[in-house]
Amino acid sequence: MTALVLVSHSRAAAEGTAEIARQMAPDVVLLPAGGIDGGVGTSFELVLAAVEEATAGGSGAVVLTDLGSAVLTTESVLEMLDEAVAARVRVPDAPFVEGAVAAAVEAQSGADVEAVARAAVRAGGSFAGSAGAHATPPAPGEEVASAGAGDVGPALRERVVLGNRLGLHARPAALLARTVADRDARVTVNGVDAASVLELMGLGAVGGSELELVVTGRDAQDTLTTVRAMIQDGFGET
Amino acid sequence: MALDVAWAVRWVRLTAGLVTEHRAYLTELDRQIGDNDHGENLYRGYTAVVARLDALEGPPAQVGDVLKLVATTLMSTVGGAAGPLYGTAYLRAAKVTGLDELDAGAVVAMLEAGLEGIVARGKAVPGEKTMVDAWSPAVAAAQAACVEGVDPVVVLEAAATAAEEGAVATDPMVATKGRASYLGERSAGHRDPGAASSALLVRAAHTAAVDGA
Repeated sequence: MTALVLVSHSRAAAEGTAEIARQMAPDVVLLPAGGIDGGVGTSFELVLAAVEEATAGGSGAVVLTDLGSAVLTTESVLEMLDEAVAARVRVPDAPFVEGAVAAAVEAQSGADVEAVARAAVRAGGSFAGSAGAHATPPAPGEEVASAGAGDVGPALRERVVLGNRLGLHARPAALLARTVADRDARVTVNGVDAASVLELMGLGAVGGSELELVVTGRDAQDTLTTVRAMIQDGFGET
Repeated sequence: MALDVAWAVRWVRLTAGLVTEHRAYLTELDRQIGDNDHGENLYRGYTAVVARLDALEGPPAQVGDVLKLVATTLMSTVGGAAGPLYGTAYLRAAKVTGLDELDAGAVVAMLEAGLEGIVARGKAVPGEKTMVDAWSPAVAAAQAACVEGVDPVVVLEAAATAAEEGAVATDPMVATKGRASYLGERSAGHRDPGAASSALLVRAAHTAAVDGA
């Protein structure tokens, strides 16, 4: 499984970000490497140790960085590593917290380093751009272009009422994204990709609101049944 | 004087001495246009380098081994951008100096590799008021001096002089990279601390060759 290393100038920021991401991706190795000598800065030794731990046993690792010299330190670490090890590491140009969350969810679904790094990069636009851009649900009968050309079978549509009070906040969004990512189906919720935890969170859907699900793909019927149940049930929350 | 392992060790110790001697000056330059820690950071780094050299059981096998020791130590002990920048310069230089002794061509290759390391990390180009403004002319001068049969010490001399001139030439420049770039036009009229420390570093390489003779 792809591991994550979180390099921040602040130990607290690195650990806090790991804490947020861990909630959504309980099985992913998340290694915070923040601060230097108890102060603000990035430590070559801390980052090196974290990257070595993350890549141990042949795993790939994605390193998220905060400010400028965190990138410099990380690049220096990669330069010091064996080329075979460095080749398994990606340092995406991504926002620190959002990137870590998106990458963690992607890693939880078993994705390789490339896919995890891409998820982190995409997180940059999720809140500002793409979520808002797709937030309008498609009109009935309208073709759902984002469902993809390669999908099998007709699109199943259903409107479901969100059962929990807090709605699609971080934990349920991650749960839903993971469920969808595991299946041979493509799901959109109010027009956004349900495999993207950040896009789901970007919907800002609260309890009692209606979500429009569009499901395509080989496993569409079963996926719709599962997802419908999760949403109506409020993801096990009240 | 041969540019062998003993020279490399002298070079590094001499650099540490120069950094110690000029730490207040380097920090003052950095106070004017940066974050006020360049001299102290380098002092901490090179002090650790000297401690590691002192702790060695015997001398390193090749020139590159000395430079690699400097690289790893600076990366882990120098805070701020200077650690990764100089660390990478030494590391790249180490990769092309797995040799018992450097000839003129090897000196040029070492300086070229150092510059490449700094550029790879810092993404700066000449004229942006950075270390590159000392390293770039140093490499050009070394390349020009490297003619058939030339003494490698002559190549180092040319590089050292060019690095010093390059550092002085950063005075009127307006910074567009690094912390000093936040000052914009106000960065003009001050010497870049990274270029200044780079000039010390290259000069030490030459002095170590001359003094060892």
